[in-house]
Amino acid sequence: MEIGLTHYLTVAAVLFTLGVVGIFLNRKNVIIILMAIELMLLAVNINLVAFSTFLNDMVGQVFAMLVLTVAAAEAAIGLAILVVYFRNRGSIAVEDVNVMKG
Amino acid sequence: MIIQTIMFYVLAVVTVGAGVMVIASRNPVHSVLFLILAFFNSAGLFVMMGAEFLAMILIIVYVGAVAVLFLFVVMMLNINFAELRAGFLQYLPIGGVIGIILLAELVLVFASGAIDIEVPTNVASPTPPADAVTNTQALGDVLYTRYAYLFQGAGFILLIAMVGAIVLTHRRRADVRRQRIADQVARDPKTAVQVTDIEPGAEGTWKSD
Repeated sequence: MEIGLTHYLTVAAVLFTLGVVGIFLNRKNVIIILMAIELMLLAVNINLVAFSTFLNDMVGQVFAMLVLTVAAAEAAIGLAILVVYFRNRGSIAVEDVNVMKG
Repeated sequence: MIIQTIMFYVLAVVTVGAGVMVIASRNPVHSVLFLILAFFNSAGLFVMMGAEFLAMILIIVYVGAVAVLFLFVVMMLNINFAELRAGFLQYLPIGGVIGIILLAELVLVFASGAIDIEVPTNVASPTPPADAVTNTQALGDVLYTRYAYLFQGAGFILLIAMVGAIVLTHRRRADVRRQRIADQVARDPKTAVQVTDIEPGAEGTWKSD
């Protein structure tokens, strides 16, 4: 059976759903939430590369690389915020994050 | 072709299984390790799709940098993770329902045949044949010419992320005495040298500043 575009898109869809569900399940743990976001971005990258291959267009891979850049920057900033938050409050429970309530 | 099919299913199943373990594992260190596994297998999928350069970048950037960053933070912060998992089962029904709905919708889109893929003839940057030009060269040909500004923008994003992370986590500690070279150079004899008359036999009074 030929592996086509739909196969890759299905894998990406499952990974994206896992990311969304992970955010719901680990409401209190910011580290797992960040990892779930990384999973979702990975699913997006798989989609972009799959379309790039099956449409025979190079631009999808360029865009996937930009998404990769943004994902790395987001992880770095997110973890930096996490470290500062832990230093100030001694916990990383997201439910406590209401200090800045409008 | 059969080998390719088997490879795809192995990589896909391991990727999805690792993804499940990322969000379901009790120990965040295990979550990070399963994240690394998921990224490795996705890199395998990228290779199967012919995007070798992105596959290698995925391994270098994610396994080499991001996952190590996650591991570093997980191990450095002294966190009671059991307490953080308290609401796991409480959110399982709503999360599961939303996940199933989302997945069903996404799969319905593919299964309905709405994505009717036919290779267009006028793509912006067509992929050159793989036996003539390597994937890395093809990507570079596009990235450094047509998308040079986007490439520079990505570099700026990384620079800003680096500056932001340093600014956020850097702190001046009050109990550390630093060398201030400007103050040392600015000293002159009028303030640094003190001449005191001392009576013979009297106790000298030395006032230090």
